Amino acid sequence: MILLTAPLIATFVAAVLAFLFRRNREGRWISVAGSAVHLGAGLALLFEVMGNGPIAAQMGGWPAPFGITLVADTLSAVMVVITGITALAVSIYAVADIGEEIEELGYHALFQVLIAGVTGAFLTGDLFNLYVWFEVMLISSFGLLAMGGSRAQLDAGIKYVTLNLISTILFLSAIGLLYGATGTLNLADLRGAVAEADPGLMTVIAGLFLVGFGIKAGVFPLFFWLPASYHTPSFAVSAVFAGLLTKVGVYALIRMFTLVFVHDVGFTHQLMLWVAVATMVVGVLGAAAQTDFRRILSFHIISQIGYMVLGLALLTPLAMAGAVFYLVHHIVVKANLFLVAGVADRIAGGTDVDRIGGLYKGAPLLGFLFLIPAFSLAGFPPLSGFWAKYVLLQASMDLSMWIVAFFILAVGLMTIYSMTKIWGRAFWKPHPAGTVPRLSQLSAADRFAFLFPIAGLALWTIVIGVWPEPFFALAEQAAAELLDPTPYLDAVLGVSE
Amino acid sequence: METLLALMVGALIAAAVYLMLARNVLRFLFGLILISNAANLVIFGSGGLTPEAPPLIAYGASAPPGGVANALPQALVLTAIVIGFGLFAFALVLVYRGYQNLGTLDSEEMRIAEPRE
Repeated sequence: MILLTAPLIATFVAAVLAFLFRRNREGRWISVAGSAVHLGAGLALLFEVMGNGPIAAQMGGWPAPFGITLVADTLSAVMVVITGITALAVSIYAVADIGEEIEELGYHALFQVLIAGVTGAFLTGDLFNLYVWFEVMLISSFGLLAMGGSRAQLDAGIKYVTLNLISTILFLSAIGLLYGATGTLNLADLRGAVAEADPGLMTVIAGLFLVGFGIKAGVFPLFFWLPASYHTPSFAVSAVFAGLLTKVGVYALIRMFTLVFVHDVGFTHQLMLWVAVATMVVGVLGAAAQTDFRRILSFHIISQIGYMVLGLALLTPLAMAGAVFYLVHHIVVKANLFLVAGVADRIAGGTDVDRIGGLYKGAPLLGFLFLIPAFSLAGFPPLSGFWAKYVLLQASMDLSMWIVAFFILAVGLMTIYSMTKIWGRAFWKPHPAGTVPRLSQLSAADRFAFLFPIAGLALWTIVIGVWPEPFFALAEQAAAELLDPTPYLDAVLGVSE
Repeated sequence: METLLALMVGALIAAAVYLMLARNVLRFLFGLILISNAANLVIFGSGGLTPEAPPLIAYGASAPPGGVANALPQALVLTAIVIGFGLFAFALVLVYRGYQNLGTLDSEEMRIAEPRE
């Protein structure tokens, strides 16, 4: 019980304290401490789940399926840990990136609430509770996105807020219809109830969930809010959005379409397969047309989401393991690239790659730290992205899906194109203004707060890349539990208090 | 009774979609109110509607008699209404701030974050 609630309690306590101390400089350190405790609690949870299988706790003392269940299987625990890693890196980065006027508005408190919302969504075993965690996450992300109130942020905020509200409403209607048809909201209990219900009706409801979560995840053709908004807030905010928020949508898709909606795999997962391929291709083509550092990266998020949904759609043990591995790799790499973009903006004076330059000459360390996640994203061996793509490629070739395999390779190749574009224009070419951006322009404290998290996340990418066996074994364990959720069901429904 | 509610939900969603197709962001927001209330009615309807049959449990029994509405969706609707109201209030303030700073409510002219190439 305490293992499951500890990450949530840590972040909520940190949020309240950070709000109380928002006018002092302590607020930022409270946020760092909250993220660190969250990461520690997540690791404890992961070791428990790895050793003893899924664990569940019933909130309020009501037995499942009547009460609200918190449950962690390997996938949930892995996602909580990776959330902790990202949150810790971003909250250290925020020390240098977030100005005092934004801090006084309560930035750190909202950040911690966002992390709590994300963690809660990973840990809940109840559909309506998932909706509530989504709302916690959404309302704090609205605040973080609009904080500062520049014209671009307001413009982006309107699109982000309205389209996400539509997704929420679809999700909510789907919950209502599913409850009306099955009479339960507990995810474990729903598995049996959906299998017995009218398959046609269930497919319609599954379609509503697919669209609702699809908007959150940013799949084709529902992703337009993402590249419209992710390049406008402060860099710490866009890094945590890019790393975590769409992945909550992907997690929800994986959970619903392995645990609950497996009654008509031929239709739902086939549909997802082509949606995934279209997402991969459209995302990477969109990136090729952009010139803003963060907008290129935003379109790459979409393209990479396609890979994860692809793993889910193929639904073989290898493909599921690939999807989980991809999630772990992608969150870290993507957040890291946005953090690098922030340093580039600070020292070179912008994020439009046509208007900046000379970063490699003036700051070779930053260039090196950019290359690690950028090559990993494109799938260069021996970095983490190579194994993620390799496993998905292997899984699609095992099923003789040559067209899918072709797109996996082609999209990887095109990813290199836009990474080269950032590299060539922002790092290699001389700065158009004739200046040379240097890291020494930053104060020593800022330099540390910027580069320490970037280097840490880059190191993590290398570790996964050169030593992938334990991570892949974990991903395989998560995939096995997803495809045969008996331990999950036992943990939720077998517990009586 | 359920049929009537279903038709009403359909009418609300049709009106909401019509409003949301407008370029004017304020009309879009009005559409959003309608569609979120339609979603609330969907949940309300999913518990069943039974006039003149309160779900009261007789003294000594552990379950209400058959043929009464499920009370859980009504509790869920309350939560959903509160959350929806909060989100809508935020959206309204955001659009108002947008109108003050951007000087327009036309979504076609909101191209500051995404300038035309």
